Amino acid sequence: MQAAVVDKAVAAVAKPKDFDVPVLGDYLQVPSLAPGSMAHSKPFEAKPVHQEKLGFPGELIDNWQEVAVAKLGDLVKSSRGLQVYLDSCVKCGACTDKCHYFLGTADPKNMPVARQDLLRKVYRRYYTVAGKYLPKLVGAEDLTEEVLDDWYTYYHQCSQCRRCSVYCPYGIDTAEVSMAAREIMDTVGKGQKYCNEIIGKVHKLGNNLGLPEPALADTLEGLEEDVEEEIGIDVKFPLDVKGADVLLVTPSADFFAEPHIDGLIGYAKVFHQAGLSWTISSHASEAANFGLFIGSHDNMQKVALRIREAALELGVKRIVFGECGHAWRVGYSFLNTLAGPFDFLDSNYPVPQHIVEVTHDLLQQGRLTLDPEANDDKRVTFHDSCNVARASRMGSLPGGQFTLPRDVIKASCNHFFDMPANTIGEATFCCGGGGGLLTDDLVELRVKGAMPRMQALKEVNDRHQITHMAAICAICKSQFSKVFPYYGFQMDQIISVHQLVGDALVFNSDPGARRITQ
Amino acid sequence: MGVVASLVIYLAVAVFLIGVGRKVYRYASTPAPLKIPTTPAPVTRTGVVFRMAREVVFFESLFKASLWTWVFGWLFHAGLFLTLLTHLRYFTQPVWGWVAWLAPLGPYAGMAMVIGLAGLLVRRLCVDRVRYISAPSDYLMLVFLLLIAGSGLTMRFYFHIDIVALKQFALGLLSFDLQSLPGGFALWLHLFLVSVLLIIFPFSKLLHAPGLFFSPSRYQVDNPREKRHAGGSRRQSGGSGG
Repeated sequence: MQAAVVDKAVAAVAKPKDFDVPVLGDYLQVPSLAPGSMAHSKPFEAKPVHQEKLGFPGELIDNWQEVAVAKLGDLVKSSRGLQVYLDSCVKCGACTDKCHYFLGTADPKNMPVARQDLLRKVYRRYYTVAGKYLPKLVGAEDLTEEVLDDWYTYYHQCSQCRRCSVYCPYGIDTAEVSMAAREIMDTVGKGQKYCNEIIGKVHKLGNNLGLPEPALADTLEGLEEDVEEEIGIDVKFPLDVKGADVLLVTPSADFFAEPHIDGLIGYAKVFHQAGLSWTISSHASEAANFGLFIGSHDNMQKVALRIREAALELGVKRIVFGECGHAWRVGYSFLNTLAGPFDFLDSNYPVPQHIVEVTHDLLQQGRLTLDPEANDDKRVTFHDSCNVARASRMGSLPGGQFTLPRDVIKASCNHFFDMPANTIGEATFCCGGGGGLLTDDLVELRVKGAMPRMQALKEVNDRHQITHMAAICAICKSQFSKVFPYYGFQMDQIISVHQLVGDALVFNSDPGARRITQ
Repeated sequence: MGVVASLVIYLAVAVFLIGVGRKVYRYASTPAPLKIPTTPAPVTRTGVVFRMAREVVFFESLFKASLWTWVFGWLFHAGLFLTLLTHLRYFTQPVWGWVAWLAPLGPYAGMAMVIGLAGLLVRRLCVDRVRYISAPSDYLMLVFLLLIAGSGLTMRFYFHIDIVALKQFALGLLSFDLQSLPGGFALWLHLFLVSVLLIIFPFSKLLHAPGLFFSPSRYQVDNPREKRHAGGSRRQSGGSGG
C-alpha cells in the first residue's frame, strides 16, 4: 500500500536493477521454458520483531521440517478447498500458459501447476499412500531445505490473482495453495518482511502506513483546504465523526499516494454532492488486509474486526469500501463471516458496499450529475483488478464487478476503450504487484509480471491513442506508477476511477451536504 | 480361472467403493471456512447446478483454456461414458432397451477413447510445458487407459470371444454365483487392467472425478453479503460449504 510513497524515496538511492525488461511485440506470446530464470528472486525475510508481533517464531526453528509437515496436515484437514485442490490435479496443462509471471519470466516453476506441485509433492510424500510407498512414480518428495527454499522463492512469485482457477477444469485455485504455503513458512519462522511488518502496523495503529490519528487528522484537514482552494467548495473529509451514516474504509494509500489521493477526493465529492453524512475511522483507517496474502486466518480476522469495532463505536448505518482490490475481496466475500453478523447496520444496504456501487446507485437515482466533457482531454481504458474480477461482485448480478465500474467511467468521460477481450473481465491480467509482492526487493518480478497487461495496454493504445488507464485498486495504482516507465508509458497515466468521477461532477447549489459534519 | 478372476474383480470393486467413499466422506466433512467461488459465479443454488453441469458435461473451463486439450479430453471422457453404458449389456438380463439401442455405438465410443488418449499422450510428450509437469504416473495412466480401450477394441474386431459365456460370468458376479471365465488373452488383460484401475482410483489423480463436486471455487454460491457463511469451526461449516 505504502509503496508509491516509499518507491519514490527508494528509487533515488537504489541502483537500477540489472535485468532485461520484456519487449512488447505485436501480440502476447507464450515463451519457451527457461528453467531457473527467476530462482534468484526472493523478497526480504521478516525480522524477529516483525514475526513475533503476529504470533510467529522469530526465525527458522530447529525442528522446522516436522512442524511444517504437521502444519500442512492441519491445513488440509481444515480446508476442503486445499484438500480437493491437492488431490485433484491431473496435470492437463490447461493453466500452464495462464500466469502473468510465467508469461513474463518463462520460469517453468511459475506455471500454476508447477507452483502448486512444490507443495503437492510434499503433501503426496507425507499424506498419500502412493507418495509414501512409490514417491518416484508419482513425483512425491521429502521436505528438504531445497524444497523450503523453492517455496520461499516461488510462493512469493504468485500474486494470488486466481486467473489460473478460471481455466482449471476443477477450479483448482493456486491462490489457496500459495496462501497455505506462506502460512506454513510463517509457522516455522520464515516469513516475508513486507507483509508481516505491515500487518504488525495495522494491529498497532490501524493502517498499513503506521499513521497515528493526529497525522491522519492533519492530512485530511490539508485535503479539505486543497480542495476548497481548487474548486471553491467546502468538501469535508470527516474523521471519527460519531453518528455519521456511512463509515468509509479505504486503503491508506488513498491518504498520501498518487494517483490514489485523487480517488479519495472523488469519493468525498460524491458524498458531499449526494448529501450523505460520512466519516473515516482512525481505528480502521485501512481497507487493505494483508492477512489474506499470508494465508493467516487469525491475522486476517483480527484486522477485519477493527472495521466492526469502528462501525459499532461510531454508530454508523452503512460501511463503504474505497478503491482497493484485495480489500474488496475480504470485504465482499469474507467480512460477514470474519466479523459479522452486521445486523446493527441499515439492512437496506448490502454490507459492505463498494464506493463504485454507491456512485452507480446515485447516478441511477439521478442524485448526481456528471459532465463527461470535463474529461474530454482523456482517452481512457480500464484495468479490471484481479481480486475484484475473480473473487467478488458488485451489484446484484454476476459480472456486475465488470459493468458497474465501466458504467461509472462512461458516465464520467466520453472516450472509453476496452483492452482486448481476453485480457479483461474474468480473464484480466494481474498488474504484477498483487498478493503482497508490491515491494522494492521484487522490482524485477513486478516489471516482468506486468508484461501481459502492458502488452494489452499497448494494443489498445496502438488503436485508440489511450492517455490514461483507470483502476480501482491501490496496489494496481502503485504498481503501474512504478512499472509504466519501464514500458515507455508515463507514471501519471494511471488514475483512480473516482478521479474521473470527481472531475466530472457537477456541483449544484442544493447539496444536503450541510449536515455532513454535525 | 473363473474363481480367481471373480475374486480379483470383487477385491477391486471393494477397494474402489471403500476408497472413494472414504475420500468423499473426508471431502464432505472438511470445513470450507470462507467463500471462495471463482467469480463471476451464480448467485443461486440453481445457478450453481447449471454451472456444475456445464463443467461436468462440457468441460466449460477447459474449453476456455485450451482447445486441443479440450478436444482430446472431451473425446476420451465422452467415449468412456458411452462405453460404460454399452457395457451394461453384460450385466442386464434381459438387456435394457436403451442399452441395446446404444450397443452399435460401442466400437465408435472405444475409438473416440483411443483417439482422445493418444492426443493427450502426444500433447504430454510434445508440449514442453506439459512435459515439464508430468510425472511417470501421468504417462502410465494414459498408457494404461490406452491398453484397456485397445484390448477392448481388439476383442471386437480381431480376437472374438465367447460373448454368451462372458455374459454368464458377468451375471454370476452380480448374483455371487461364480461362473467360469471364457478364454482369451485380450479379455484377461482387459479385466485385469480394469481391476487395477479401480484399485488405484482412490489413491491417484483419478480423484478429480469426485473432487470436482467438492471444489469450492465451482460449487459455492456467490451470496456472501446476502447470507452469512458460517465458517471457522469444523462443526459449524462441515458439509455446508454453500
